[in-house]
Amino acid sequence: MSRAVDPTHRTSVSYIDKSREYYAARGYANPYRWAHFENVPFATLQRPLAQGVLTLITTAHRIPSKGEPPSLHSVYSLSRDDPPARLSTDGLFWDRDATHTNDLDSYCPVHRLRELVREGRIGQLAQHLHGVPTEYSQRLTQERDAPEVLRRCREDGADAAILVPL
Amino acid sequence: MSLVARHLEAHGIATVILGSARDIVEHCGVPRFVFTDFPLGNPCGKPYDVAMQRTIISLGLDLLEKAFAPRTTVQTPFVWSEDQSWRDDYMRIEPAGIS
Repeated sequence: MSRAVDPTHRTSVSYIDKSREYYAARGYANPYRWAHFENVPFATLQRPLAQGVLTLITTAHRIPSKGEPPSLHSVYSLSRDDPPARLSTDGLFWDRDATHTNDLDSYCPVHRLRELVREGRIGQLAQHLHGVPTEYSQRLTQERDAPEVLRRCREDGADAAILVPL
Repeated sequence: MSLVARHLEAHGIATVILGSARDIVEHCGVPRFVFTDFPLGNPCGKPYDVAMQRTIISLGLDLLEKAFAPRTTVQTPFVWSEDQSWRDDYMRIEPAGIS
């Protein structure tokens, strides 16, 4: 049934509330504890983007080549010069009833970024874009995946990163 | 993904998140965030809408250059549909039990 904006409720969806209530209704007693910090780091760009190197990071999975076992939970990199036609969004949380992920650029905008490089808005794309499939364990994300992404970004000389969680 | 952004930022790489789960990202606390109020799945714009995708990404680039403090959120002007029912349908708990 169609409905309009309800001005008695906040407009944006609270996924924290929704998922807690959804899993509680399924009998899970311990709600997920979402990452929360008081302090937030902040780094200023050292040069304008038109002269800089930008990378792109997605939570989508790489589609394994034929015969290759799927690796759902490890950092991977893809060449900026040969981006895949699509990535896998299976196993991630997104709204399969409302939309689809058939257009890579709607969640991993590598072609849009290449256009912006050609137009001079961005100096260059880093040699690689990176995938960090969402990990339930925040400890693994912080201790294993994030340092690995940092290492790969530095290797490519990235000044800045666009991160897109699905 | 917010945790990765925080780690990169703490080590000198400026970051911006493009996303649609506002509460999760802001609850974590990130340097820069472009929020598009869409169903989860297309945080960079509707599928095949090149103009919308460019606008959202450009807002992210502007934020990378112009934000002057952490926890800066910009909301894009786009509306998924007049019908708001997608907000209720996702992870809906039916009165009789679980859908």
